Amino acid sequence: MEKFQTLTSTFVPLPIENVDTDQIIPARFLKATTREGFGDNLFADWRYDKAGNKISTFVLNNPTYSGAVLVAGKNFGSGSSREHAAWAVAGYGFKVVVSSFFADIFKGNALNNGVLPVVVSEGFLANLFAEVTADASTTVTVDLQAQTITDNKSGKTESFQINSYKRNCLLNGFDDIDYLLSNKDKIEAWEAKA
Amino acid sequence: MGKTLFDKIWDAHVVTAVEDGPTQLYIDRHYCHEVTSPQAFDGLRNRGLKVFRPEKTTLSPDHNIPTLNQDQPIADPVSKFQVDTLTRNAQEFDLTLYGLGHEKNGIIHVIGPENGLTQPGMTIVCGDSHTSTHGAFGAIAFGIGTSEVEMVLASQCILQPRPKTMRINFEGKLQKDVTAKDLALYMISQLTTGGATGYFVEYAGEAIRNLSMEERMTVCNLSIEMGARGGMIAPDQTTFDYVAGREFAPKAAAWDKALAYWKTLKSDADAKFDREITFNAADIQPMITYGTNPGMGMAINGTIPTVKSVDAASRISYENSLKYMGFSAGEKIEGKAIDYVFLGSCTNGRIEDFRQFAAAVKGKKKANDIIVWLVPGSWAVEKQIKAEGIDKILIEAGFELRQPGCSACLAMNEDKVPAGKYAVSTSNRNFEGRQGPGARTLLASPLVAAAAAVTGKITDPRSL
Ligand code: SF4
Repeated sequence: MEKFQTLTSTFVPLPIENVDTDQIIPARFLKATTREGFGDNLFADWRYDKAGNKISTFVLNNPTYSGAVLVAGKNFGSGSSREHAAWAVAGYGFKVVVSSFFADIFKGNALNNGVLPVVVSEGFLANLFAEVTADASTTVTVDLQAQTITDNKSGKTESFQINSYKRNCLLNGFDDIDYLLSNKDKIEAWEAKA
Repeated sequence: MGKTLFDKIWDAHVVTAVEDGPTQLYIDRHYCHEVTSPQAFDGLRNRGLKVFRPEKTTLSPDHNIPTLNQDQPIADPVSKFQVDTLTRNAQEFDLTLYGLGHEKNGIIHVIGPENGLTQPGMTIVCGDSHTSTHGAFGAIAFGIGTSEVEMVLASQCILQPRPKTMRINFEGKLQKDVTAKDLALYMISQLTTGGATGYFVEYAGEAIRNLSMEERMTVCNLSIEMGARGGMIAPDQTTFDYVAGREFAPKAAAWDKALAYWKTLKSDADAKFDREITFNAADIQPMITYGTNPGMGMAINGTIPTVKSVDAASRISYENSLKYMGFSAGEKIEGKAIDYVFLGSCTNGRIEDFRQFAAAVKGKKKANDIIVWLVPGSWAVEKQIKAEGIDKILIEAGFELRQPGCSACLAMNEDKVPAGKYAVSTSNRNFEGRQGPGARTLLASPLVAAAAAVTGKITDPRSL
């Protein structure tokens, strides 16, 4: 996994609440057997019409907005446990998703794929939406080491939570399987007493 | 201080805890299907790993399979490839597979309990959010992502932060014709889809105790729809009677030992939950959803909430949702014509659901111009339907049975509801496009589905 340290980027606003995993990656795209290519179908039903043409009003098709950060409305990623949703977000090129609330499973899946979910206050979120509408070149800075996100327009900073295990994984590009396998003796000891 | 049921099972499965991080939890049972596993097996191959404890993983294809002509090759090449990939992985890694055509094949959450693979006190995971179903047995069961599927295959463990605990009590008795599905839809409508995020829920109270095992599975299944990590019910005589004698249940002395342990699996009287909520079961009416998330539910004879009654920040989403559904705020939907009915899924695809549906349509006729998909959750359910003569009642009323699988629950196969059409479905999600692009889903119980199937309209089952 790629290391994550600090990121300053413009962002793509998606001011919709309760964006569920069926919207992030519709079920018909779950038939793949590899992790690649999901980014092309991120938000497919919002992005393309039935004939496969881009829907110009959807934000990902609007060249005004770009960047490695997705800023979404409250309760992002609810619904199914499909990791494909995280692959789609990561595959599209987002490194950070900012919202005021995330569904649990999506959060875990995102972290396992090097995408950092950043929870901010409702007020901070509303500000970002307002600022980017007025000026699409607005940027945010996400500092994982310091666990802070800064709105570079207003200069406001908030801290966000992440457990230190996951933070270290992301900072160093480690993964969970390496860790679990390093505990094989402990697993066998557990089995022996069960 | 006493321990909750959740604490007891969790603590018994801790292998080690990462400092200021997640817990390494041992997993007793791992279920696997074709959609969320191929990338995990690829991961093992890339690292040159074997499956650590192959006897603890069971595989069944269910999401992508057709519900007609299962004896023939799957027509859609992409679906076929995914199902074949599961078979190849089972062979390569020496895992038990109940493949297409196997008498034990079915929706993974239906066949696990049926075969006694799901037992009280276990930790159970699957790359599928409705793994919460198995919590009905007094197990910690939850959905995981594909990276975690790979972790379980590689180490029989996963890393999990400890969730908070919540107890939801249902005091009193359910009214006649009010089912476990109504109880769950009512609860989600009260708590909203994010209301239990971060929590593991224990269901308790008289109305829960009175539920059969299958009804308990329906309730636990829907835990995830209010954001909960999972839901569970303390095992009791109902649970033990259900598990006893099933193929993979413990036998003889092992049974006695297991039973003695299972009887200790309840929350202590002085156990503290992070949150506790109580509902009165008698308040619950037959429910139906009117919007595009499972929290948008109401009594079937009720009216859709007005825009004003919705939190200001959520109004735009609310209006979009109603627009998608073709409904207006403040209106009644009882009596509206529908186009499709779907009975099935891991929520309501078990034998009791078919018994209820059949009892309600017995002696009546399927409404003209509607399409009804009756999809058993497994081949064992299908066999039981035939053994009890339920199929005859259904055929007489003008219905036909399809073959088992997830089917229209997520419409990965051909069973798709066309754009703009209304479907009364016993499944668990009414998200935009869930049952096909543009499809409009109304979630309800098997009884409401039956009433819709014979009247062609949204109908209160008590008026039949
Ligand atoms: S029936 Fe539906 S919810 Fe259940 S496992 Fe299949 S797709 Fe998922």
